[in-house]
Amino acid sequence: MYPAKFDYLAPESLEETLSILAEHGSDVKILAGGQSLIPMMKLRFARPATLVDVNRLPDLDKIERVNGHISIGALVRHNDVVKSDLITDHNALMASAAPWVADPIVRNLGTVCGSVAHHDPEGDWASVMLALGAEVVATSKEGHEHFHPGADGDRLSGGSRVVPIESFLVDMFTTSLHPSEMITEIRVPTYERGGGSYQKLERKVGDYATVGVAAHLELDADDKISKAGLALTSVAPSNMKVTEAEAMLVGEEPSEALFAEAGNIASRACDPTSDVRGSADYKRHVVDVFTRRGLSDALEVAQGGQG
Amino acid sequence: MNITVTANGAEHTADVEPRRLLVDFIRSTLKLTGTHIGCDTTSCGVCTVLLDGTPVKSCTMFAVQANGRSITTVEGLKQNGALSPIQEAFKEHHGLQCGFCTPAMMLVGSALIEENPDPSEDEVRWAISGNLCRCTGYVNIVKSIRAAAAATKEGAST
Repeated sequence: MYPAKFDYLAPESLEETLSILAEHGSDVKILAGGQSLIPMMKLRFARPATLVDVNRLPDLDKIERVNGHISIGALVRHNDVVKSDLITDHNALMASAAPWVADPIVRNLGTVCGSVAHHDPEGDWASVMLALGAEVVATSKEGHEHFHPGADGDRLSGGSRVVPIESFLVDMFTTSLHPSEMITEIRVPTYERGGGSYQKLERKVGDYATVGVAAHLELDADDKISKAGLALTSVAPSNMKVTEAEAMLVGEEPSEALFAEAGNIASRACDPTSDVRGSADYKRHVVDVFTRRGLSDALEVAQGGQG
Repeated sequence: MNITVTANGAEHTADVEPRRLLVDFIRSTLKLTGTHIGCDTTSCGVCTVLLDGTPVKSCTMFAVQANGRSITTVEGLKQNGALSPIQEAFKEHHGLQCGFCTPAMMLVGSALIEENPDPSEDEVRWAISGNLCRCTGYVNIVKSIRAAAAATKEGAST
């Protein structure tokens, strides 16, 4: 299968890339890992007139801890996350999700930021980022041209628009990224005492999740839950943050009964469809089990002092 | 667009259309037909080659992306005209039946051994989980990769 013809540009600097984006607008697509974009082009679901290959840009392949967050650069591959000591030590949810994204070979090329930008409604990273309360850094040539103070929690940082993940993800395959913008980074907040877990049921390696649950917990000095994140994959039209369960968990002392209540809420809140991967009832049941299991695992990590 | 790619140590320059897939560039332009095309949808892994030492699916990459980079295909595995430990092990342990997935399995196996000289059975199975064997000959593929790791280690220590 062959994609339609396109012009190929391989800039060597971010400035050059942003100029190309500003000039070409919606006819241009950014090529990072290409593990979703190229298959879509081969099926001709995507027919960009121009591809701008950002793989030669410097400094975007870093995972760094800066100013209260962990920064995931635009060229960080899924496998870089799998292998990162910083992630292993400081973000249990990301560490547990990364090995379940796609398959080992796709993980060598596919990127975290690209996956969020693509926003496949059954992608794993969007759920992880929703549970963690991540922010997306969207950079454009003018920096501020798409910035609307107060709108959806946007703010400016160093000439880039910083967008909370919840308002970044608009709908399936749709984000608030403007064609002239590029995701240069995703910021994940750091925490003192916390933990997380990604539970994924898949028929085989490389398949989409039948059900995925991203769970994240933070504890205060009294061992009460100070922050909770819960998001679901593949059981609603798009990745779904279960805010009702999150709100219910905060301020409480963690217990099996509490997690069972969260499981109840999540399985009621989701909206799965019956398909080749399982019936809606079955998926709803798995959401319940995975929510309880994910929160228990998250608690175990948090109590282990991993921060 | 003119690109220069180092394939199995030899430099090649060619004029390619941007939409040319890396796998077709390898098979048709470089005439290295050991790299196979299976599903053409990033699922089966038979088109796997090493890009600067890292396994990638060459059906899901454009040839222009490999400009200035180095690729290794199954034809590049042999060492000084002799079979490499991974090739020897696949032969010895019957690691292939129909042979269609074999080039990719050997490349993934050799990249794994490079990174992890003593992989457990689980680690081997995890590493090849992006590669399908339609004969389902996984038992002997895993055996072959582990044997190659042992032979590589032995070779290095003598």
